[in-house]
Amino acid sequence: MGADRIWWMPPDGALHGIAIDRLMWWNLVALSVLFILAHLFLFAALIRRKKTTSANAASPLKWELVPLILLIVIYAWMAISAQQLWAVIRYQGAAPQALQVEVTGRQFQWYFRYPGQDGVFGKLKPDLINAPAGNPLGLDRTDPHSADDIVSSVLVLPAGREVDLGIRSIDVIHGFFIPGMRVKQNAVPGMEMHIHFTPSVPGDYPILCSQVCGSGHARMQAHLRVVSTEEYQSWLMSHTPLQSDGAGQ
Amino acid sequence: MPATFTRTPAEIDRKDTGIGGKPPVDRRPTGGGGGDDNWDNHPQGRRGPRELLTRYRLGLFFGLAGDLMFFIALVSAFFVRQNAGHFDLRDNYVSDWHPLAIPPILWINTAVLLLSSLSIEMARQHLFHEVDVMEEWLGLGRPAVRRASPWLIATTVLGSLFLLGQWIAWQQLSSQGLNFTTTQNSHFFYLITAVHGIHLILGILALMIALCALFLLRRVEMRQIVVDCTAWYWHTMGIFWIFLFVLLTCFQ
Amino acid sequence: MMRRWPFTTDHRAIAIAYLLLSLFAVAVGTVLSVFMRIHIIAPNLKLPFWGVVPPEGYLALVTMHGTLMVFFVLTTAPVNGLASLVLPAQIGARRMALPLLNAAGFWLTTLSLIVLLSAFFVPGGAPISGWTNYPPLSAIAAAGPGQATGMDLWLVSIGIFCLASILSSINLLTTIISKRCSGMTLMRMPLTIWAWLVTAILIVFAFSILLAAVVMLLSDRHFATSFFVPPGEVIDGALVALHANGSPMLWLHLFWFFGHPEVYIAILPAMGLTSSLLANFTRRPVFGYGFMVTTTVAIGLLGLMVWGHHMFVSGMNPYAGTAFALTTMAIAVPSSAKVLGWLAMLWRGRDSRVHPLPTPMLFTLGFLSFFITGGLTGPILAQPVLDAYLHNTYFVVAHFHLIMAMAGMFSLFAAIYYWFPLMTGRLMSEAMGKWHFWLSLIGAYGTFFPMHFAGLAGLPRHYAQLTGSTSTLGSLLPLQTGITHSALFLATAQLLFLINIVWSTLRGQPAGSNPWRATTMEWSPVEKGCMVVYGPYEYRFDGNSEDFVPQRVLETEQE
Repeated sequence: MGADRIWWMPPDGALHGIAIDRLMWWNLVALSVLFILAHLFLFAALIRRKKTTSANAASPLKWELVPLILLIVIYAWMAISAQQLWAVIRYQGAAPQALQVEVTGRQFQWYFRYPGQDGVFGKLKPDLINAPAGNPLGLDRTDPHSADDIVSSVLVLPAGREVDLGIRSIDVIHGFFIPGMRVKQNAVPGMEMHIHFTPSVPGDYPILCSQVCGSGHARMQAHLRVVSTEEYQSWLMSHTPLQSDGAGQ
Repeated sequence: MPATFTRTPAEIDRKDTGIGGKPPVDRRPTGGGGGDDNWDNHPQGRRGPRELLTRYRLGLFFGLAGDLMFFIALVSAFFVRQNAGHFDLRDNYVSDWHPLAIPPILWINTAVLLLSSLSIEMARQHLFHEVDVMEEWLGLGRPAVRRASPWLIATTVLGSLFLLGQWIAWQQLSSQGLNFTTTQNSHFFYLITAVHGIHLILGILALMIALCALFLLRRVEMRQIVVDCTAWYWHTMGIFWIFLFVLLTCFQ
Repeated sequence: MMRRWPFTTDHRAIAIAYLLLSLFAVAVGTVLSVFMRIHIIAPNLKLPFWGVVPPEGYLALVTMHGTLMVFFVLTTAPVNGLASLVLPAQIGARRMALPLLNAAGFWLTTLSLIVLLSAFFVPGGAPISGWTNYPPLSAIAAAGPGQATGMDLWLVSIGIFCLASILSSINLLTTIISKRCSGMTLMRMPLTIWAWLVTAILIVFAFSILLAAVVMLLSDRHFATSFFVPPGEVIDGALVALHANGSPMLWLHLFWFFGHPEVYIAILPAMGLTSSLLANFTRRPVFGYGFMVTTTVAIGLLGLMVWGHHMFVSGMNPYAGTAFALTTMAIAVPSSAKVLGWLAMLWRGRDSRVHPLPTPMLFTLGFLSFFITGGLTGPILAQPVLDAYLHNTYFVVAHFHLIMAMAGMFSLFAAIYYWFPLMTGRLMSEAMGKWHFWLSLIGAYGTFFPMHFAGLAGLPRHYAQLTGSTSTLGSLLPLQTGITHSALFLATAQLLFLINIVWSTLRGQPAGSNPWRATTMEWSPVEKGCMVVYGPYEYRFDGNSEDFVPQRVLETEQE
């Protein structure tokens, strides 16, 4: 399937998306066939007239059992194939060397936090949240690990590397949805959910909010930019906050 | 305007009964009033001594089933909240569930409620006592009512004592500093006891209505139904309380 | 001896009152949806009452549209309205078991509707969190416009509605169990009664849970508890007053434990009616009566076990997601079995069906079509990995509108056209009915089918506008424009229905006692005595005659 479009879906840019798109395609085809068959049967039943009168015997139940068993087989195939994919994507966490990014939703903006050179996220305190003063996530500046954290409103990821997103929210439930990456996860206050995927095709992908979160729900959008590893490194470099002692640049 | 319903004409059964068979039988439905064994000729509500009672009991049963689901929702929320701790960075289990020591008066309240169940059962039994019911039906005074009413009054008193005891328990908790909003746990304590208490207030209201009904209603059957339904409701609230009490005592 | 109208406990009068209430609710809900559709494609157009609709106005429209339609149309009309009309007669009773409860249910429902609609007129307006009202958005008044008084009114209204539904269901259950006339065994009940039986049980279970959830949310909002709100909430830059460790997931579980049975509550009576009407108009008994009963009960039972499929990406444990996916796929089996049974009835009855097909039968066929179309997208949504893409997109909107709104509504239309003679003694106009059917069918498919494509393109629900920093949404504007035009067409077609009702009440053709030559007993109610000997669908067909044996026999057949 690759870069082909499945019906109306946007092109897929993630590694796992290939399998998902294939599954989606088969499902849509199977269900469309059933839709057409059922309606053809409906019309035929209404239009067709038999020449001889039929006896008043009840039709044998087997006429219904056979299609029912066929349908059960189809549903079972759908369920099993989907579960295998679900297990692969969701049952395990990300690989230990996956890139860590924290995604925070708030009315009506997405923020992305990178741990920086030390690889550790700094502490956050809700009472320190002050977006106009440049601290939208409430970074605790007294924590040494937060000095190199990069907070961005664009999600920049290197192509080909698995990323582990920690999704959280500071006010209401939001929905983190990247159609082009075939990922969706609700951001629930009080919980941090982790999803992982591997962006493989460079490009610009819209990030949408998929859970109604207030009057700005429709405009709560962001961008995912999948770039080459070098571009990603240089982006990181240019965004690393200056340390107070001049180091880090 | 609702349509008037056309009636299909009644027909006299004229089956061919064969040689030497039975004479034709008139099977037209008679207008109202029984007079034979045909269930359908009796107007609804008068088809037997237990028909109305069964119907009201059934209605009460379904209502209590819904009520049970309501309490189950609260109890599930209780368990969910109880187990909502998480593991922090050092694999320590962090939770803000602080088990609540229930005020000891709750034990007395439980005993009082169980006694009140006993007393209302006595009242209910008296009202179904055959000899007394027969006398009432014949119009010879109201011995069943006279025997049952003290028990009903006793139940009302005991129920009120229970509610008073619950109020005292709240005061005791409050004086320890545990109000409705203090901890997660105290939310549930107050919410559960309050919801049960409201149900019990409704029960006491029902008891008072039943007492009045005993003297104002003229049909024996209706008096039985009012007290019977009130009694079953009361018993159910008692059973619910036992479960809630066990929950609050042992499952914190 | 009918008492003066407001105090009546006569079930037929209450039924008409319920149906009129639902008619009012569906009219308001439809107007709201038309406003929504217009706003999506023309956000700067001035609409009545709002002027230019602000984003929160759009969300208020969505919330109230969903609430009105799901509760006051799809729960009230098929269950309370239609059951009050025909249930006693269909089981051979003269009245309901607990008529006061029936009346109380109606008045509480009316009160609930008034409280709900008043949310539009309070400061802040109606709530904006969707009919599902996830906290913390619905728990904190500062989280959005309309979330203060408007949200409280919504909660109070729905709390009253829960009570009303539970009371009515107690009445229905007691009636079905205790007031069947002699000979009316469980396996001789019409399938509509079976449907109401299972539905009433679902109502008692599901609405009690919703009531508990509503009470807890009100408590969070006004008594400073934290069932649903975690600590550290920052709204509008201000730290919300300290909450202990609540969980929004608790609301999701409680709400959807109610919410999924709710949709089965909306559709089961329609399924029972479809079986009955297909039997009536193909002049054949129902295909596999016992089988149909089993599938009805199975759907009811399984319906209580699938609620997690609304929550696959909500933060629920992925293993739980698998479990719910399996139960959800399982419930596709009895539903498909029912559809196959209905198709078999159509196939079998092709020589015998009434000519030409009267309007109730047309709408039943429409129900079948919508149920198939909407139902077929269910298995896709039941797979968590695919639902992870489609959740909360227009694909889901298409799914539930086709199966709940259109199939459910078509079944309601069929019921009204069918039972209109019971209410007024007249038949509805066939000509207008046929136009209504065809225009609605075309309009409905035109409105909801393209939404599948918008969903596949990734368009989320509840979006007031198609703009934003990403361009992909704007490209869907032509599609959305087509949908809006079709929706306007569909809404206008419903005027035919309203005109038909009024005209037929005044000047419709008189109907006679059993215009559809049906076997079920609501067409031959008798004031005294009833003995049932036959099954409910003893349509006999030989050659081309339309013979049938009514279920009620006045004379007992004894040797």
